Amino acid sequence: MPTFVYMTRCDGCGECVDICPSDIMHIDKKLRRAYNIEPNMCWECYSCVKACPHHAIDVRGYADFAPLGHSVRVIRDEEKGTIAWRIKFRNGKKDMELLAPITTKPWGSATPKLADVPAPSKEMRDSQLLFNEPKYIRMDEGGLHTLESNGLEIKKGVQY
Amino acid sequence: MFTSNPFADLSASIPTIYMQGYIVVMILLVMGGTILDMMHKKSAQYFFENAKKAQKSAKRSVGGGEKVAIAASVLVKEVLTSGEFSNPRRRLSHLLTMWGTIIFIVATAIMIFSPAASTSTLLPQLWHIGALMLAVGGYWFWFFIRVDVAAEGLPWFRFERADLFILSLLATSTFALIWSFTGGGLTVYFALFILSSTVLFGGVYWSKFAHMFFKPAAAYQKKITVADGSRENLPPDYDLTDPEVQRKFPDIPMYMGKNPPNMGLCIKAERANHY
Repeated sequence: MPTFVYMTRCDGCGECVDICPSDIMHIDKKLRRAYNIEPNMCWECYSCVKACPHHAIDVRGYADFAPLGHSVRVIRDEEKGTIAWRIKFRNGKKDMELLAPITTKPWGSATPKLADVPAPSKEMRDSQLLFNEPKYIRMDEGGLHTLESNGLEIKKGVQY
Repeated sequence: MFTSNPFADLSASIPTIYMQGYIVVMILLVMGGTILDMMHKKSAQYFFENAKKAQKSAKRSVGGGEKVAIAASVLVKEVLTSGEFSNPRRRLSHLLTMWGTIIFIVATAIMIFSPAASTSTLLPQLWHIGALMLAVGGYWFWFFIRVDVAAEGLPWFRFERADLFILSLLATSTFALIWSFTGGGLTVYFALFILSSTVLFGGVYWSKFAHMFFKPAAAYQKKITVADGSRENLPPDYDLTDPEVQRKFPDIPMYMGKNPPNMGLCIKAERANHY
């Protein structure tokens, strides 16, 4: 879902230009408003959507979940640690909302203190496991988390 | 120097009626340019169509008293103090240029139209202060804050037609100050001052001068959409401690607890700048 800019909401502040890792958000020379110069090259990180202070950047949803003419709008609230989506079909009858956590701890409070960790031994360097594996993939808690271990099951068919 | 009225000396060379006529012509040019701009960009048509569309998805109706309160808040926050800018540098620069322009233009009009103003020392002071504020805010914007320079990394001397407004503003204030500081009168600086102010007021159709008329209306409409619940199709502003929200979105209490803490500013803690 590549991003695009509503020029009437944009005030040309340049936050999206600064943050775009693909360098595809730029300022229109005539109107001084941001636009996505190459939607095909957008890797959909939504950094611009998150950074825009005026909610002027939206995403164009794929036609397999919303027919053309829909609206997909998103608010990423850093202080609440959530991301909220609203998908509205063009006839306005289907209006879906989603709210999901994006962090469970205050930002920056769970940064690994690598300087305090002892340097890896030769065995650890030669091992195929990465830093803190298997601890970080929770193998030490009795195996990977799966749908089954969480009491969930896959429902057959396409779910709407 | 700050207390001398440059237009008082000028009246010996140019009859006051011509100066007053120039001001009237500039007002007419601004009005005409704004109307042409509105017709060409269809901004008013878009504005009303958008407002109607938003009204259709409204979740509640906004009463008359509430509309007055919203209009008052737009006046205080967006119009008088440029509150729509989230970047404090842009806001301060806009405040300097906006108030500088207003003070400069109003002081000019009063000094030319009021015969009593020729003896006033306050009006010339305001005229000079307004021009200085405009120059300080404008040059700060032009060299450091303008998005082409600050975000796009382009050199400051590169300009487009979209810069007509700020460049004519800067030229007007700069030549006005130089004209006044070099003693006034019919000099080349006066000609440049008149030329740049004519471009400023006559170029409304091509510049962004008209934004000062429709931006308050757009800010008002934006606040109305928040009040009536249509929110420009944005998701609601959820209260994570609300049991109804937690019931609808069980991931929130499951992963964040029933009373999630303030998580901090994250990417808003510092401005992204890759230059």
